Amino acid sequence: MTVLPYLVAVWIFLIGCYGLATSRNLIHAVGCLAVCQSATYVLLLAVGYRDGGTAPVYSDIKPGSRPVVDPVVQALTLTDVVVGATVTALLLALVMQVSKRHGTVDPDELRELRG
Amino acid sequence: MTRGARLIVLALGGAGLAALLVAACLDLPGFGGTWHPYGDRAVEASLSRRTANTIASVNFDQRAFDTLGEMSILFASVVGTVVLLRQTRDEKRGKPEPEEVALPVRRYALIVLPVAVLSGLYVIAHGQLSPGGGFQGGVVAATALHLLYLGADYRALERVRPVGLFEVGDALAASAYVVTGLAAVLGGTAFLANTLLPYGTFNTLASGGTVPLLNAAIGMEVACAVVVLLARFLDQAVEIEEENGKR
Amino acid sequence: MDEPLIVVVLLLVAVSATAAVAVRDPVHQALVLAVLGVALALLFTVLQAPDVGLSQLAVGSVLTPLLLMLSVHRVRRREKGRKGKAR
Repeated sequence: MTVLPYLVAVWIFLIGCYGLATSRNLIHAVGCLAVCQSATYVLLLAVGYRDGGTAPVYSDIKPGSRPVVDPVVQALTLTDVVVGATVTALLLALVMQVSKRHGTVDPDELRELRG
Repeated sequence: MTRGARLIVLALGGAGLAALLVAACLDLPGFGGTWHPYGDRAVEASLSRRTANTIASVNFDQRAFDTLGEMSILFASVVGTVVLLRQTRDEKRGKPEPEEVALPVRRYALIVLPVAVLSGLYVIAHGQLSPGGGFQGGVVAATALHLLYLGADYRALERVRPVGLFEVGDALAASAYVVTGLAAVLGGTAFLANTLLPYGTFNTLASGGTVPLLNAAIGMEVACAVVVLLARFLDQAVEIEEENGKR
Repeated sequence: MDEPLIVVVLLLVAVSATAAVAVRDPVHQALVLAVLGVALALLFTVLQAPDVGLSQLAVGSVLTPLLLMLSVHRVRRREKGRKGKAR
């Protein structure tokens, strides 16, 4: 159990990379990149977890009354979730431009086009 | 390189990476351990500045400069998307046909819409107290607005959503964040240091010094960014058509 | 205490991530990604990170799939238009 969450993060990252490399459609590749990204979230939050800890929010618990999980990794993950989505949007905009210029979104066909 | 050769290279690289990652994981401190030096100090710092939600304190106080960086990435990718998805000369703007919406869908969407937008704003406003904040609330409020597209039609959405205004709002929010940081410099401390405002009473809306201000700036930034992004994508998907005869 | 719950949700996340890569059609992938988004939000909640869960729920299950779907729609429409002209 002590390493399972880390291994799950590794698995998600690797499977995302595999999808990225073998994808036949750039939109699908962007989706695989989103999978890769989620591996980092799982890893960060797993590192910050504490057995029996609660969320580090003190609006309804007394400070010091209970152990809390690590807030720093949560803050890192939180900003990245939202910023990552806008970066995904930028990548999709690039894919749309590729489709407009070359008429295809298959990376293999694009390679042939360039010659 | 042929497809087969590429797969072999991928398998080799992937196996190596997997071995290294697994080795690294086995050496990490065990899952659920009690050793969190950064976390403990962050909690202490947050409580000393009377911010109930430690995560908001980390984002908008202790690591506010880092959040400025994240915000610049967000802003830059929105600008990039807007530039990439603009209407070019060989495209024309088609009129989307209004379509019949099933009555239950329409009714449900129009009932949920105000509730969802309001929850988004609530989540932004209470960022320094309860789970939530500018990043989450901004996304909720902005996507909730698009329920109008489900419930009514595209033109109704366009009427309540002047994209130009949201683009200006995006830029204003980004500069508001920087201006709050500069105000601290003028006040005689470091950039984005949280010493300008009184820390207030713990667990009330006006607590945490500049945390609520920065939180609100991020909320506006994210909400405007998501509205602008979705507007551009909807434009591409629904409205803009390539002219016939041209490539 | 809640270890079995964490294990179950972790496996759910791993399975849906695998499915999101294995599904090759982008429209179906967008739907699976929405499932992955919900699974991740669930995992974050179980790991006592409600802030992250909230943002993952909004982004992962709504925003990203929506953007993917809109792009697929645009690209498909263009391809269809081109084929129609070629004939």
